[in-house]
This record gives sequence, C-alpha cells and structure tokens, in this order.
Amino acid sequence: MRFLTSGRRHKAARPLLLLLSLFLVGAVYAAVSPATNSSAEGVADAQLVAAGKNLFAVNCASCHGLNAEGLVQQGAPNLTNVGAAAVDFQVRTRRMPMANPLTQAVPGSKTIFTDDEIKALAAYVASLGNGPAIPDQNQYDPSSVSAEGAARGGDLFRTNCSACHNFKGAGGALPNGLVAPSIEKTPPQQVWEALRTGPGQMPVFAAGAIPDQDVQKVIAYIKQVNAAPSAGLSLGGLGPVAEGFWAWVAGIGSLVLFAIWIATRGARA
Amino acid sequence: MSEQKNLPVPDPGLEEHEHRYTDVNEAAADRAYKQIVGMLAAVPVLVLAFLFVYFGVPKDAELVLFGANLQMQTTLLGLTGGLATLMIGVAAIAWARSLMSDEEIVGERHGAASPPEARERVLADLETGIEASGIRRRKLLGTGMAGALGLIAVPALVSLADLGPWPTPALRAETIERTIWAEGVRLVNDVSYLPLKASDLEVGQLVNAVPETLEKIEDGPAFQEAKAKAAIIVVRMDPNSIKIPDSRKDWQINGILSYSKICTHVGCPISLWEQLTHHLLCPCHQSTFDLANSGVVVFGPAARSLPQLPITTDSEGYLVARSDFTVPVGPSYFERDSSKDFKEGDR
Repeated sequence: MRFLTSGRRHKAARPLLLLLSLFLVGAVYAAVSPATNSSAEGVADAQLVAAGKNLFAVNCASCHGLNAEGLVQQGAPNLTNVGAAAVDFQVRTRRMPMANPLTQAVPGSKTIFTDDEIKALAAYVASLGNGPAIPDQNQYDPSSVSAEGAARGGDLFRTNCSACHNFKGAGGALPNGLVAPSIEKTPPQQVWEALRTGPGQMPVFAAGAIPDQDVQKVIAYIKQVNAAPSAGLSLGGLGPVAEGFWAWVAGIGSLVLFAIWIATRGARA
Repeated sequence: MSEQKNLPVPDPGLEEHEHRYTDVNEAAADRAYKQIVGMLAAVPVLVLAFLFVYFGVPKDAELVLFGANLQMQTTLLGLTGGLATLMIGVAAIAWARSLMSDEEIVGERHGAASPPEARERVLADLETGIEASGIRRRKLLGTGMAGALGLIAVPALVSLADLGPWPTPALRAETIERTIWAEGVRLVNDVSYLPLKASDLEVGQLVNAVPETLEKIEDGPAFQEAKAKAAIIVVRMDPNSIKIPDSRKDWQINGILSYSKICTHVGCPISLWEQLTHHLLCPCHQSTFDLANSGVVVFGPAARSLPQLPITTDSEGYLVARSDFTVPVGPSYFERDSSKDFKEGDR
C-alpha cells in the first residue's frame, strides 16, 4: 500500500480524490435509484405524466389552474379535453406560456422547453381527458401526395384557409390587432395539429370534414406553391405583375435621377 | 414694337445670351464630345451582351438579388437591353444640351382670327346654302328630319331589353330568391363532397359546405349560379354560449348552425370566422356578423343579417336542410322584401 500513502501529499491528490468520490457517489446513485428507461411502458408513461404535472404546476397553473380547469372568465380555457396535439402545438410554437394574458405570441419565437419537457406536458394534459393525440408521421406526411392531389389540396386550401392565411399561406390581418400567421414554412406536423385543435381564433377543422388524406393534400399544396419561384419581391403571391413592380420602381426611379442630373447642369456646369 | 404701349407689363426683350462652358472652352467641348461618343459606343457592346445572354444563358437559371428570387435570363436581358436604350437616350440629350447650338431665335406670330373679309364671305356662303335648301319655305322638311332622327334611337333603346328577362315577382321567386337547397338535401363539404355527420363536428369547427345536389350539376354557368347562391358555412358552437331565438330552436342541432356564405352587402363569399368571438368577417368591406346571435350585423356596411339555413339530421345522423333559405341570400336589390330578415331582438 506504499503507492497510496507515498503520494498523499502530492499537489494533485486532493482534486483527484474529489473526482473519485464524486464518480463513486454518482455510480452508486445510478445503481440504486429507480431506472428512468424502464422497459415497462406503463411505468414510463406514469413517470412522464408525473413530470408533466410538475411542469404544468410551475408553468401553466397560474392561469389554467392546478387541475387544468381553466379560468374561463379571464380567457384561460379549460384544458381537460384539448389533447396532446394542442399542447405540442401551443408550447412548441411558443404560443404558451403567454407573456401577457390575451397577447398573441410573436411569430417565429423559440420555445422555452426541451422536447422531453413538451412530451411530458402533453402526456399530462392528454391524461386528463379526450383530445387529439400528437399525430404519427403517416397522418400528415405529404410525400406520397400526387400532383393531382396537390391541386385538389389547393382547392381545399383556397376554400377553407385562404380567408385568413392568404391563398399561398402568407398570412394576414385579423380584427382587433390579431394576425393570422404565415404558414409558408410551418412544419407539416404543426399544420395538422393546428387544423385539429383550432388554436386561438382559428376554427377547428376536424377529420369529419377534412380527413387526414385531405390534410396531406393541403400540406402538399402549401409546399408546392411556395417552392415555385416568384417573379421578384414576394408579396404573398399577388402575381408576377405586382411582384415584378419593384423593377419598374427601380427603373423609373433611376431615370428620374438621370433627368435631375441632366437638368441641374446649367449653362456653366 | 408699336404695340408695346398696350401691354400691361413692358416687354423686357431677350436676355443677353449666356454662352455655355462647352461653347467657350474647346477642351470642355471635346470632353462632352468624347462622353457622348463613349455612350453611343457602349450600345454595340450591350447589344452583343444581350445576344450572348439570349443564346447563352439557360432559361431556368435563377438569380437571388436582395432576397428577391429572379430568373437569371430575363433579368440580364432587361438590364442589357434597357441600358442600351438608356445610353442612346442620354447621349441624345447630352448632345442637344452641350454641343448643339443654343442661341435663342425669335419667331414672330400673327393673330389667330381670320381677316374680316374672309369672315363675311363665309357667313354669306352659309346664308346662300340655307336659302338654297328650301328649308325656310317648306318648314316641315326640318321638323320631319329632326323627328325621324330622334325616333331612329327608339329601336336601339328598346333592344336593350334583351340584356335580361323582365324581373317580375314570379321570375324572381324562381331565380334570385331560390337556391337548390330543399328539404332533406344533405350538407356536404365543399370540394370533396364529403357528407357531414353531426357527431363528427367538434365545438369550434368551421365547415365550408354546399348541397349534395350540386355535384350532379354539370360544370358550367348553371353550376356557378347554383353554387354562388347555395354556398354555406356550418359552425358548431357551445349551445350554452350562444343566443338561439325561440323561432329558430329547431333550425340547429346541438349548437351546429348553418348560414349563407354570401355577404348581404355586395355578395363576397365569407369564411373568416373567429372561433372565440363567433364573429364572421367579410374580407371585402369588413362587415361583421355575429353567428352566435342569428347572424346579426355587428360592424360594417352590411344592412341585413346573414340568412340562416334551417338544418336537422337524417336517420343516419348526417346533416340535412329542413328547407330552402327563408329569405333571399346575397346582396340587396331594388325589389327585395326585407321585412322577413332577422333583426336584433326578434324572438
């Protein structure tokens, strides 16, 4: 045991000892504490729901109540039956938690939660009642939609969505200072979730009227119409004349500058 | 210069001519000359560039400039062709301003009126002509010609009646005051013609719907006319949060209500429905209808509530119409009877 005692006054001995003890404590804790990756799904679900409940109590309960019953008079809805899809959509897009009551989120904001936290919150709210679950990829993935399907999706989009979101999804204004956001770059999963849960002023478009295949067609249309090159400045698909108008402004503008330059040169210039 | 006295302000005469820099300085004139020739010499270069772009640049090449997504070829064609034209124009103006003579020249003008002899001669000729036509002695000639010319307009005016049928009450009842909705006609989703089951609709749902009978009409003017009048929106609201008058209790199923999609102001299709306020906003002139209160106008230029379609369910649970609309849909017209429209406070 000489090699242990001989080095005990060495400079590095104390930091090394500290590291070693930390490692030992960690290893013992990992061995003794309950496993997080339990193979039994029910146990994992229960843990997810419990974790979600804690997150909910900290981040959501001040408006929606400790049991998600809501403060309906103040504008915070009851969340019993909104489902996991609504939570995933609202939290992932930073619509929730709200900065101020009844203030619309700034488009493009980043969520304040990790994927796991969102999953836990969604699992907790989903455990309270019935509502649309987070969709599988085969429910919204538009990759199998044909060109004809995308055209049909365009019909559906212009009939159901364009009143607020513009005919290529550029978004638009709503009463009382609200905004229908641009959905040109919205991920397909969020489009599906928004249709099924009706966030904010947006109506619900449930499967009874727009089945999943039709949602895929609509998403295919949004992708297709936004992949097409615009004629110039994109003005929400107003068309090539209006979009190319910047060239007219720039062209006539430079001619005006030329004319001014010519005319300001007097006789003695 | 004898007229000088009659002028309110004396004629100051021509200003003394100021010579241009290029007139008095030979070097400056040479410089201007070189500039102009340089601009003209740029034209063949630009023309060659245009030809090169026309044949050499692929049609589908793209060019991103200041965030704008442009077609490479058309942009370069415009730039080269436009600059070449611009160079010709600027060279011509620069030539005129700096090298062509700019000495002022006086061009005297004469008065605009004809001399008195010419005027008298014309009047005399006119008098001879009128006398020779005989219209002074045989007076009916003039009156008859004027009357005939006036009456010839009548056939033209009367044929305007071909613009459309005479809008008699019977004809209006068959056309503008009627849609293809009828008792038992199913409500189907627009575009996909999917029938709507009452149990599948959720609170907060909006459906743009048409009658199922529309699908059987062949595409064409008849289809467009039928769809323009029969288009509806179906919404489901929490029955406890909305006002349903007694007379319309059986026009809805568990808060599923159906309204004409055509604005009563000038007939734009409306589907901008706000789920939380239950307001339906017309995009054309911002008329706003409260669908939670029988479609009354809460804002904007529309004068009448949105017509509601009475609906119920059939034996399989699908939504069907109970009848056609009870009032004409769409914008007002002169003969329209507006006494049956729903007004705020009606029971």
